[in-house]
Amino acid sequence: MTALLELIGDYTIQNVALGAALLGIVSGALGCFAVLREQSLLGDTLSHAALPGVCLGFLVAGGRELGSILAGALLTGVLAALAMLALVRMTRLKTDAALGIALSLSFAAGVVLLTYIQGTGNASQGGLDAFLFGQAAAILRRDLWVMGGITAFALTMVALLWKELKLVTFDPEFAGVIGLPVRLLDALLTVMVALAIVVGLQMVGVVLMAAMVIAPAVAARQWARSLGIMVIVAALMGVAAGVFGAVVSALGRGLATGPLVVLSASAITLVSLLIAPGRGLLWGLHRRLAFRRRLSQEAVLLTLYRLASAHEDPHYPTEQGAVDAYHGVGTRRSLQALARRGLVRSCQHMREEGAHWVLTRRGRSRAKYLQAGGDLARDGG
Amino acid sequence: MFAELLSQPPFVIMLTGALVGVAAALVGCFLVLRGNSMLSDAISHTVIFGIVIVWLLTGQISGPVQVVGAALTGVFTVMLIEALTQTRRVRQDAAIGLVFPVLFAVGVLLLNLYARDVHVDEHTVLLGEIGFVWLETTPLGGVEVPTALLAMAAVTLVNALFVGLFYKELKIATFDPQLAQALGFAPALLFYALLLLTSTTAVAAFDAVGVVLFIAFVIVPPSAAYLLTDRLDRMLLYAMAIGMLSSPLGYAAAIALNVSIGGMMALMTGVCLLLALVAGPRHGMLVRWRRQRRQALENALRTLAVHLYQHEAGPQAAEESRTAALNDHLMWSPGRVEATLSEATQRGLVARQDGHLALTDRGRRLAREILEPWQGGR
Repeated sequence: MTALLELIGDYTIQNVALGAALLGIVSGALGCFAVLREQSLLGDTLSHAALPGVCLGFLVAGGRELGSILAGALLTGVLAALAMLALVRMTRLKTDAALGIALSLSFAAGVVLLTYIQGTGNASQGGLDAFLFGQAAAILRRDLWVMGGITAFALTMVALLWKELKLVTFDPEFAGVIGLPVRLLDALLTVMVALAIVVGLQMVGVVLMAAMVIAPAVAARQWARSLGIMVIVAALMGVAAGVFGAVVSALGRGLATGPLVVLSASAITLVSLLIAPGRGLLWGLHRRLAFRRRLSQEAVLLTLYRLASAHEDPHYPTEQGAVDAYHGVGTRRSLQALARRGLVRSCQHMREEGAHWVLTRRGRSRAKYLQAGGDLARDGG
Repeated sequence: MFAELLSQPPFVIMLTGALVGVAAALVGCFLVLRGNSMLSDAISHTVIFGIVIVWLLTGQISGPVQVVGAALTGVFTVMLIEALTQTRRVRQDAAIGLVFPVLFAVGVLLLNLYARDVHVDEHTVLLGEIGFVWLETTPLGGVEVPTALLAMAAVTLVNALFVGLFYKELKIATFDPQLAQALGFAPALLFYALLLLTSTTAVAAFDAVGVVLFIAFVIVPPSAAYLLTDRLDRMLLYAMAIGMLSSPLGYAAAIALNVSIGGMMALMTGVCLLLALVAGPRHGMLVRWRRQRRQALENALRTLAVHLYQHEAGPQAAEESRTAALNDHLMWSPGRVEATLSEATQRGLVARQDGHLALTDRGRRLAREILEPWQGGR
């Protein structure tokens, strides 16, 4: 307990947690728009394209000055996005190729600039490596002000333009028809995603930042049925992943921040994909299995009914072995389930023979209902 | 002679780079045409996961086991992406962006935790060290051949053989998967074979150029080639040529500026793309701009002919046939009027008589063809 309190009191850990929280909020909230607009990989391109900007910002400021580094990252990220859009609009290249071109070439430019800076022998260049994979411990208190300012700005813009952004996300054509500047809003959303990426650069690094835009949004989509709730849930999940990953990485040696934050976010996403009510994969599996069981029960019920009709005896006791042979599989469990539903009951026909089954009155009416094409899923009859 | 060259680091570096370019272009063309370029992004990132896992299991950092392991990782990545897409909870682009960061992150963490002393670190993985490829050599027939060069040569050969042998099948599977399916070519199998080769190439190339720059070699030269030609065989040739050319160009630039060689080679593929974009023969911007200008001139000539024809016998004939009328009534700038008129007189559509314009027979025929196409210009 005291160890935990010490941890909370630790200056570095406080910085790390605050920074991670900011990253989570902004990337989670803005990632929703990117994912819903099918622009998930634009985040990947934007974050790789931040590298040359980081280097340029470093060169211009002459040192590790977060403000200018982030401004540079924003600039080159947005330029790469524009170049990618121009490639799609003006040539016959498809979106995927344009994304890959913008991503790889801007990263190459970043690598070249990085080696150029190393060549100049600037003493403070060591800090630049943190931008590849992120280094939470390198975050300073004044960096938090920069990150917080960007986050506040981005979130304010989202709040102010909420209705417009929502419309552009879900129905851009209608938005255009009622006179909204769709292109401008598109560009604005791209810039905002770039802002989110810029906030996370120091924490997660350029290579993995794309995941922070996508993972919380995909996870939140599983739980939410409206954009507002999705954005809030994604932001909260982003915060959880960011703080958890960053704090764990601050505890141990050799634990890079970026990978840990990304893995935390991905774990949340995996769990959400599996268990979220309604959309969760496990729920879907459960529903399918339940339906399949129901289907075989009803088939057995119909078999009993037809046998009874063929013998012109509504109380005809059918031997279980006969039902098994008819269906080619063991039907004991289906029959027991039917008995629990009160549609059949077991009876002893003759002492030396096995179990026999008889339709109840409800079972007969249910079978009639099904025979007449009744709804399998409903309890009619 | 060749042995002599192989002891020259610059030659080895340039040759390795050129082989990366050729091998990547061979698989890249089909990925770009199929619209699956970003799978190469995912594959090249996750190769690191495979390398670390194989290293942890066998202790080998290179060699055939590594190649197989990493190649399987690439296919595993794509399978995960497809499985995630098939749940229909996530679209394909988001699935790519979810899967590869996880595997990459796990790879980097394992590397940091267990493989501190091995020569692979996350920097090499990301950026590559093509400048050092000549250091590690393997004896081959009495000659010391750089290992990375040998690996790249083998991969290039395999890629070339694959594309050569299955050229027809790949072509049909790329442009018309349904037809390929109907003909029994198993397009899905071909596609996975292609991805297997892509990850093999990635693992052979990552030593040299790193995982991110490898993406440039896979996507950019084929894209540039796609802007240059409409034929698959030419596209393959151009892409290989661009990939090959980028290597010595990038090397020279990198040495001159004292920066990353791999980065410069990748940037040179970008320069080639830019050239193709601007000066390509059919889809290039210059050609398109010229085509548009020619079309605009043709339209202006037709407008002029119709304008003069319609006022020819009318009360405003004198008024409308003045040069100034084009300026005022058709809203043409003086420069445009001049250019159109000089072209029109040159083609014998219009004659100038003391400040007035008159249609020639030819000009009249053009106007009638436009106004009464059913008359056939009579």
